[in-house]
Amino acid sequence: MSTFPYFPHTEEDIRQMLQRIGVSSMDDLYADVPADFIFKGEYNLPDAKSEQEVRELFDALAAKNPKLKVFVGQGSYDHYTPSIVPYLLSRSEFLTAYTPYQCEISQGTLRYIFEYQSMICNLTGMDVSNASMYDGPTAAAEAMRMAIACAKKKNTVLVSKGLLPNVIEVIKTYAKYYGTTIEEIEVNGGQTSLESLKALIAKGDVAGAIVPSINRYGIIEDLTGFADALHEAGAVLAEYCDPSALAVLKTPAEWGADIAVGDGQSLGIPMSYGGPSVGFMACRKEHMRKLPGRIVGQTADASGRRAFVLTLQAREQHIRREKATSNICSNESLMALFVTIYLSVMGPKGMREVNEKSTSGAHYLYNELLKTGKFEPVFPDKPFLKEFVLRPLVDLKSLNAKLVDRGFFAAIQTEEGYASFCVTEKRSKAEIDALVNIIKEG
Amino acid sequence: MKYYDKLIFELSKPGRAAFTLPDNGCPAAALPADLMRAEPAILPEVTEVDVARHYTALSQMNFGVDTGFYPLGSCTMKYNPKINEEIAAMPAFQGLHPLQPAETVQGALEVYYEMDKALATITGMKRFTLNPCAGAHGELTGLMVIRSYHLSRGDFARTKIIVPDSAHGTNPASAAVCGLEIVEVKSGANGLVDVESLKPLLGPDIAGIMMTNPNTLGLFEKDIREIAELVHGCGGLLYYDGANMNPLLGMVRPGDMGFDVMHINLHKTFSTPHGGGGPGSGPVGVCEKLVDFLPTPRVEKQADGKFTVVRSVAGAAGQVSAFMGNFGVILRAYAYILMLGKQGIKLAGKYATLAANYIKESLKDAYKLPIPSVCKHEFVYDGLIDDGSATGKPGATTLDVAKRLLDYGYHAPTIYFPLLFHQALMIEPTETESKETLDEFIEVMHKIAKEAAEDPDILHGAPHLAPISRPDETAAARNPILKFE
Amino acid sequence: MSKIAEGLLYSESHEWVKVEGNIAVIGVSDFAQAEMGDITYVDMPDEGDDVEKGEDFGALESVKASSELYSPVSGKVVEVNSELEDAPELINEDAYAAWIIKVEMSDAAELDELMDAKAYAQIAK
Repeated sequence: MSTFPYFPHTEEDIRQMLQRIGVSSMDDLYADVPADFIFKGEYNLPDAKSEQEVRELFDALAAKNPKLKVFVGQGSYDHYTPSIVPYLLSRSEFLTAYTPYQCEISQGTLRYIFEYQSMICNLTGMDVSNASMYDGPTAAAEAMRMAIACAKKKNTVLVSKGLLPNVIEVIKTYAKYYGTTIEEIEVNGGQTSLESLKALIAKGDVAGAIVPSINRYGIIEDLTGFADALHEAGAVLAEYCDPSALAVLKTPAEWGADIAVGDGQSLGIPMSYGGPSVGFMACRKEHMRKLPGRIVGQTADASGRRAFVLTLQAREQHIRREKATSNICSNESLMALFVTIYLSVMGPKGMREVNEKSTSGAHYLYNELLKTGKFEPVFPDKPFLKEFVLRPLVDLKSLNAKLVDRGFFAAIQTEEGYASFCVTEKRSKAEIDALVNIIKEG
Repeated sequence: MKYYDKLIFELSKPGRAAFTLPDNGCPAAALPADLMRAEPAILPEVTEVDVARHYTALSQMNFGVDTGFYPLGSCTMKYNPKINEEIAAMPAFQGLHPLQPAETVQGALEVYYEMDKALATITGMKRFTLNPCAGAHGELTGLMVIRSYHLSRGDFARTKIIVPDSAHGTNPASAAVCGLEIVEVKSGANGLVDVESLKPLLGPDIAGIMMTNPNTLGLFEKDIREIAELVHGCGGLLYYDGANMNPLLGMVRPGDMGFDVMHINLHKTFSTPHGGGGPGSGPVGVCEKLVDFLPTPRVEKQADGKFTVVRSVAGAAGQVSAFMGNFGVILRAYAYILMLGKQGIKLAGKYATLAANYIKESLKDAYKLPIPSVCKHEFVYDGLIDDGSATGKPGATTLDVAKRLLDYGYHAPTIYFPLLFHQALMIEPTETESKETLDEFIEVMHKIAKEAAEDPDILHGAPHLAPISRPDETAAARNPILKFE
Repeated sequence: MSKIAEGLLYSESHEWVKVEGNIAVIGVSDFAQAEMGDITYVDMPDEGDDVEKGEDFGALESVKASSELYSPVSGKVVEVNSELEDAPELINEDAYAAWIIKVEMSDAAELDELMDAKAYAQIAK
């Protein structure tokens, strides 16, 4: 018989506990369950294992994932994680805590969420941030519902075709069931089209639009005129942003946006095959009551000391139930702590350097790739930061296979048939040169 | 725990830094000035020492499962094994980009595939998606599957979903954002869904029913077979809210009870840490006829034994998260399942039920027990028997009891939920707490009841020993201060 | 025991109406404010919005509750009590002084379906 490190009860404990309850066996505790519902078979599971065996099993699984140098973004970015971030996250007072409903013994969680909200506001220029969402695409889908809630009696939300494919997919999925009409704004020359936006607004019924700050081609969008066009029609502008890049780029507030959403993964969170990440969502003060999710606020305790609580809860699903405009209950609290510590470590200077190094590395790779003659520009004059696309003049499939063999993940094929690249501050000139040399070879 | 009043911004001093970055050796490249922000974002300028001390101080104002007993009803605060953390932190998993070619992530895909199979055998469902990031996210996904099924059959009239009045608040909210109209079914005096009240609600407009079994009172819905027959009989489907699955682990499978769709919370039943409110994971399982409607992307095993990712399937509910859910959480839960194995899984639910009934019987002399029958993983008291109002002072409420527990080193139970009772105090001990821990808790609860009877003011002022006393929540909501300025 | 002001009309959902010519001044009863506890926010429509009898036109929020406001009459909102934006506690202080909206009625006959103070006293307890 195996031992189970997480089950404390001895035979004697069980006997005494059953006696107190007044039943004679463990089975009696299930007397209210119809007998044929009691599972009498054997689970199709392996036998219980020791920790050592479990570790060995995962070592074997891990060995099936070859280590690659990542030169792809498309919603997940290989930025450097300072050691202290996961170290502090592993403190069990953070890790094993529940949602901070008992505020008197959750001031640690509540304080870091307040810090997180402050940092998201500072990055986006918005007035109010919630305590975080699942990930970027679901935050964008929440922005869709929030737009509907802000603009009374309108049911169409516009989404730029320049948003990342998974962002569009998730918005469309949420919209289909919520009953929202989604119309797509065209992209011209690598830039979301203001003319297309205006034409769609002219058709009426538009509650809001979701456009990228940096689009799927890596291009930094110029959103001049977007907010005005939407506001004139009583609609809101939601901007989907890379929060790492927001440390240097024009903020959603500066573009006149009403809502800012995006994925916090680029703030040093390991890619971890896509999750966990953290979505962020912030807005202007006038829309605060429509913002979904938890929010932490500052107040004072009975003796006047600064204290933090979950606040504005009347917006939330557990109170509004079927009248809710979002069903989100939890947040991605530990990952919000992750980005809070990351941003504290990096500070304004570190964030500027991350962006400068990513930009320099990406532009270097871009130029070197053009020199190989294996690619040509798609959007020659458009500004990009760490991510870009090129038109391949070679067969991408065989190139991808060759790169994987040599330990690189790069040149992923987009829906349009372009090759997408990304360079973060983690990639050195030597690594970039090695990648380019392999491409040159074949 | 001791009070600490700083925010990281207040430690900031211009010129300090905690980061180091290598020179990448590439020539500088400029971006157009008109696309850049006017002012740098205000972020702290601190050293690594400041960061370490500050967040350690914050952690010391927090209570976790490793700090002490967490009898929080409906939340299943079981112990979080440490091996799980090591597995999730392995570089060979953390370093994987979600769009890498399948042949370079075979180990990760195998985890998805095996986890799907493990959940299927544990719950009696056919197939799972691991893409939803939380329980409520799973509810929404499961309801999308239900709607997709009806729509695929041209059954457009099924726009209503039945939700019991005892349901978690997320149930009606998830249904509403899935475009369904909510029809509430009442509980009977025994706390269970009343079959006679259900019958008149059924018809061709019913998409299904959302059930939590055991329900939020910790009671097994013993009429579930009849309910399943009735709902299926009218063409509806049964949704199982797996938030309360823990007592059934190893004992009863939702699939065998007639449920068509379910979600399960890996952060409850499968021991992954709550992290102060996430990240969680809410896989959704379905019966055979609904497999085609599960969301994408999906992991499939090919004939050659290799795993592949299918990104789009006609008729599928769509895509519900950025990639394939919270892989790091899935890894932890899979490690837990492997540790317990087929033997251990059979014990967890029983032990959880034993612990809950033990507390329930031990405190009913001091706390009102509205429903005395055998419970599952949790149960609900309706406040104190003697609240001390005989002293002439205002009586002690459930809130007061909860706050007083903090002074004694416990987390509070869930309070004022479910809404069926005015002074609800919902206790869920889980299987990982020893008899000694439970006995000490019982003793403290008796002590608090005695304090309440003799001098309820002791409770009104609680907590006395936490880092802060009760904060002014009204002021927080009337004049929201939501960021540091 | 909550106060019930004489001379007003009441709805079953605890709104009161004071009739001033063709204008219905609408608030919530003392009973409703007491049930809510400390009101932290009043969600109000915009001036010029149309309201329908029996449809919600806003909501009261407290720390842990939200309660919809249902219009006792149909018509157009001609004024909202902007004082409540910064001082929702005025409703707690005097529910009959702190009106919420004024509606230009489109069908004064709807008033006949409301209760007088005496009838309302039967349900507000």
